[in-house]
Amino acid sequence: MAVKAVRAKPAGTILSSRPWRTARRAVIHALLILVGISCLLPFIWMISTSFKEPFQVFTFPPEFIPNPWSIAGYQKIFTIAPIGNWVLNSLYVASVITVCQLLFSSLAAYAFARIQFPGRDVIFMGYLATMMVPGQVTLIPGYILMKYFGWIDTMSALTVPFLFGSAFGTFLLRQFFMTIPMDLEDAAKIDGCSYFGIYWRIMLPLIKPALAAVTIWTFMGAWNNFMGPLIYISSPEKMPLAYALQLFQSQHGGEPGMLMAAATMVMLPVLVLFFFTQRYFIEGVTLTGIKG
Amino acid sequence: MVSQSQAIVRQGKIPPPRPASARRRHSRAFWRRTLAGYAFITPNFLAFVLFVAGPVIAGLALSFTSWDLLSPPVFVGLKNYNNAFFVDPLFWLALKNTLYYSLLTVPLGIVVSLALALAMNQPLRGIRFYRTSYFIPVVCSSVAVALVWKWFYNTEFGVLNWILSWFHVPAQGWLTSSGWAMPAIALTVIWKGMGYNMVIFLAGLQDVPQHLHEAAAIDGAGSWARFRYVTLPMLAPHLFFVLVISVIGSFQAFDMVYVMTGGGPGNATQVYNYYIWQNAFQFFKMGYASALAYVLFALICGITLIQVRYLGRRTHYELG
Repeated sequence: MAVKAVRAKPAGTILSSRPWRTARRAVIHALLILVGISCLLPFIWMISTSFKEPFQVFTFPPEFIPNPWSIAGYQKIFTIAPIGNWVLNSLYVASVITVCQLLFSSLAAYAFARIQFPGRDVIFMGYLATMMVPGQVTLIPGYILMKYFGWIDTMSALTVPFLFGSAFGTFLLRQFFMTIPMDLEDAAKIDGCSYFGIYWRIMLPLIKPALAAVTIWTFMGAWNNFMGPLIYISSPEKMPLAYALQLFQSQHGGEPGMLMAAATMVMLPVLVLFFFTQRYFIEGVTLTGIKG
Repeated sequence: MVSQSQAIVRQGKIPPPRPASARRRHSRAFWRRTLAGYAFITPNFLAFVLFVAGPVIAGLALSFTSWDLLSPPVFVGLKNYNNAFFVDPLFWLALKNTLYYSLLTVPLGIVVSLALALAMNQPLRGIRFYRTSYFIPVVCSSVAVALVWKWFYNTEFGVLNWILSWFHVPAQGWLTSSGWAMPAIALTVIWKGMGYNMVIFLAGLQDVPQHLHEAAAIDGAGSWARFRYVTLPMLAPHLFFVLVISVIGSFQAFDMVYVMTGGGPGNATQVYNYYIWQNAFQFFKMGYASALAYVLFALICGITLIQVRYLGRRTHYELG
């Protein structure tokens, strides 16, 4: 996303004189930097704390540079907690949900956008109607359903309900399919291409940016999910990382060094993903936000 | 699509349907479309019925029962709703706290992110760096963020009290005093969400046509007047959207409260969603919790409708 300049300034007023403009810019920069620091400070504080030994943590005024640097916090997590399990659980849940959801949401979205079949619009209205319903409404019936299936304290409770796509993702991708001109599809149809062939070979490649945005936000949502594990998972070895962190807090709240090391490890994968795919993250906001 | 398939039939590429079939009302292409359509949506649709639509209806049914998960549910009519409105003081407290939380987070969150977007919609160096740093909190897990801020707010060793000590402000127990706990959570939530809203506003600002600014400037409008009469009206759909989703989001606050204060101290941060969770999964009052959830649903619908009715209408400006 390019940031365009606002250039229209009335000529000849005092505000457009050069020193004034420089001063104005400096003030804006100062404010932006201040906010930037306030955004990063808690993270710097987290990383700094994570490399401290317990005796270095409890000092006032706080020291931002650990002296000496220590990885005891990280080492201790690995010895006392099944952190490898937690990471694998999170990876498993987030990837399975993302891959399946992308497939099933886009399939349905394509049908809603481009295939004329009886009942289509009624069903789609049903989807739209439930998008307003807050998650709390389905929380308890959902729990009872999982209990009925015997999935309490299993990974299935965290994955299966989300595998087949979400109303929101379907809606979003449908909007994208709608923007693609019909010509391509018509040509393929005349050549005898099946609906699935059109969807798979022609339409999907055309909405790659939207798919990327949906992938990233779905993965992130699943990685950071808190309410699901809170309700369904009770065995520590089955917990995803972001939730286990909360458990960790209740057991080791008195050891900020270790706790911050754990928090760093939860954030790291998403942050790495963010740095490499920033464009899609930010496009995702504007796509889901306004055009969706 | 229909006319087109007929055209193909007329061109003879597909054999025309047998003429004598008066009972056959639909073409082969129609059935092919219908079959394909349902095949495409079936997995998604079944899951939607099972995990979304079904539970929404079941939730309403449950809200008329009393159920502890152990013995069978008992139909109690409107008793749960009656209890919520006329008996349970915590219901009103949770509602009041949620409104307070909304008032703290929504207006300030919008003003801060709008200001950031306005500042960033200027020809400045380092925009990418700013945008990245404002967006980092958005992508992080709320639990991790809550833990980090909890440590940041720590009364004895926290950075916030340290910074305030430069200005001779005495140390506060940010999360342990009932007066400060809610504003402290609100600040964290605003901090986490401002990058998201800022990106939406920035996209909106970049869509404001340059010629409107120029025309206003020629008419002698100063920068405030241009902001008030050009930028703000053009940004209205974005403002409206952010307002609606922020209000809905604020009524569903949970993660931060759970990790940072657990509803305390006392009941100072007992918000509505937390109270629903407590009733369902700590007190095992499934019927009552379902009723509370439906009250929340009604509230959110009501507030959103009011916003659409009184604000949504004013947010459309056509460009000639």
